[in-house]
Amino acid sequence: MSELLKVPTMAEFMAQGKQPEVLFWVGCAGSFDDRAKKITKAFVKLLNKANIEFAVLGTEESCTGDPAKRAGNEFLFQMQAVTNIEVLNAYEVKKIVTACPHCFNTIKNEYPELGGNYEVMHHTQFLKALLDDGRLTIEGGKFKGKRITFHDPCYLGRANNVYEAPRDLIQKLEAELVEMKNCRRNGLCCGAGGAQMFKDAEKGDKEVNVERTEQALEVKPEIIAAGCPFCNTMMTDGVKAKEKEADVAVMDIAELIANAQDL
Amino acid sequence: MHYLPNILFAIALIASIGFFVKNVKKLTRNIKLGKEVDVSDNKSQRWKNMAMIALGQSKMVRRPIAGFLHVVVYVGFIIINIEVLEIVIDGVLGTHRIFSSIGSLYGVLIGSFEILAILVFVSVILFWIRRNMIKLKRFWKSEMTSWPKNDANYILYFEMVLMTLFLVMNATDVHFQDLNSGNVISQFIAPWFSGLSNSTLHFIERGAWWMHIIGILVFLNYLYYSKHLHILLAFPNTYYGKLRPKGQLDNLEAVTKEVKMMMDPNIDPFAAPAAGAEGEVPAKFGASDVQDLSWVQLLNAYTCTECGRCTSECPANQTGKKLSPRKIMMDTRDRLEEVGKNMDAHKGTFKDDGKQLLDNYITREELWACTSCNACVEACPVSIDPLSIILDMRRYLVMEQSAAPAELNNMMTNIENNGAPWPYNQMDRLNWKND
Repeated sequence: MSELLKVPTMAEFMAQGKQPEVLFWVGCAGSFDDRAKKITKAFVKLLNKANIEFAVLGTEESCTGDPAKRAGNEFLFQMQAVTNIEVLNAYEVKKIVTACPHCFNTIKNEYPELGGNYEVMHHTQFLKALLDDGRLTIEGGKFKGKRITFHDPCYLGRANNVYEAPRDLIQKLEAELVEMKNCRRNGLCCGAGGAQMFKDAEKGDKEVNVERTEQALEVKPEIIAAGCPFCNTMMTDGVKAKEKEADVAVMDIAELIANAQDL
Repeated sequence: MHYLPNILFAIALIASIGFFVKNVKKLTRNIKLGKEVDVSDNKSQRWKNMAMIALGQSKMVRRPIAGFLHVVVYVGFIIINIEVLEIVIDGVLGTHRIFSSIGSLYGVLIGSFEILAILVFVSVILFWIRRNMIKLKRFWKSEMTSWPKNDANYILYFEMVLMTLFLVMNATDVHFQDLNSGNVISQFIAPWFSGLSNSTLHFIERGAWWMHIIGILVFLNYLYYSKHLHILLAFPNTYYGKLRPKGQLDNLEAVTKEVKMMMDPNIDPFAAPAAGAEGEVPAKFGASDVQDLSWVQLLNAYTCTECGRCTSECPANQTGKKLSPRKIMMDTRDRLEEVGKNMDAHKGTFKDDGKQLLDNYITREELWACTSCNACVEACPVSIDPLSIILDMRRYLVMEQSAAPAELNNMMTNIENNGAPWPYNQMDRLNWKND
């Protein structure tokens, strides 16, 4: 399958004197993390299917600086930001889509002051727009009637007030969307944000991801849908910790849509 | 001697207002110890936020029970204060119920005050029960001992006593009861005093009147020492609250300058500083003490009423970590008060006391437990932003002290060297395509 993926780079577009419709910002997790790479590919399949002219930066992409900033290293964050902005501006990028809410938040909110002004969309917003424009069709397929609960990523939900796009997509799958007791603006964090992903948790009586997974399992879902590669890891680990991996899958929304169509 | 009550009243009034003004000055001085920050933008949105969140209590009612009870007490407080105006005028002029000359409307006014008074009384009892008998978890966290715990109860007792005095005052006012207009509640209390002579009733009425107004003046001056200060500061605090998306953290300007300089090949790093720049003290990055925070963050600290909604929503706190966003705000206020007292004792200048907000109040363990999820910011009914303080203190730890946890240092080294938080080569970034 993978050899069928069309993943042009910005450099290739430039060489042909063309501009893609949108830049797909893959992010570090999407590029390197084995689980997140599957999300990246699922999203690319959807882009290919919808015939979207997109490009990636490839080896010219670098960390947005989000974990450094939230760990308190403003220097490193701004170095990363300014370098990335130089690359993006050199390619005259106007529109960016990313499957990582952390990249989404940083580029959308924190880059403009440093000279990077782009229209930035989360992949669920982008897919929703494609659907609304009739450029993409979604069918339930194997997810028809399945119980799916959506875990709101903090950096998509509370941080940027995007709550509906991912839910609209799940409903298009004709699945049964069930909400956890803490959802939308009251959603509980998976435990990865603020650079926690890269360190052990402080002493406590529980891991945050286990707490959140328990909330998800309470509503007896067959699938926990996520919209963030870090949430995905945390929830997957949580499901393993509760020994429920045989019954409950953790999947990104892009994977749900791509799998439904056997892409 | 005829004017003695008027004079005593005027003295009490002036003294209490004078003391209050003195404390307000101290409060503003302390808040101004914070760094300047530009909040002059988007005035219409700011007024709207204040109207919705503070005046309209929009975030309070997200928790329906506490929210409803709070609205009752809040509306009661504001409306019953019209009565205080009459009491003050009566006290100064020696009149009795001066507004009663407006006729039947007076009965309507006092009647509504009486209904509100009884509603406030009941709500405050329910608040007390929630806090002390049901023992809601957020009121019993580790930071809620000694003063914070007592403070909360003192406020409730104060309100119970004030409402009782108001109703007793009306019930024992023979003339007011005879008019039988507006004594909606007090007519049921009046029989408790039946059989007493008119002069005894008058004595009780006067006693209740005096204790009521003295109580209010004492309460006014209690505010500065109490979490109850939120009744005043909620208004400016919601006005100055964050307008940007919650996920947007500020970019440090001082860093931007240095980064731009590093990236600009035309700038000579060894050039002599520009004229006038020699004396400039290099900016300190982040915050280790209250003076390093912005004045809005300090206003946040004084506004906090320790309700603990932030802490009850915090993922770190929920899973047993030491971090409590409420404690971050309480510590900031306590330290700021300590700095203020230090200045009072040293003719207005701060004398180093060997202490700071970091370590002496807020531990590193608390700071590193934050997931920056913004649940605390979302939960606060008066737009306080504990996350911004946590981030500023992390900035100090990392940029001034290089004191990040080792694992985070690894992550940052990876970003510096490979442009990713993990040790993968940037040249492999597109390998996923062919996996």
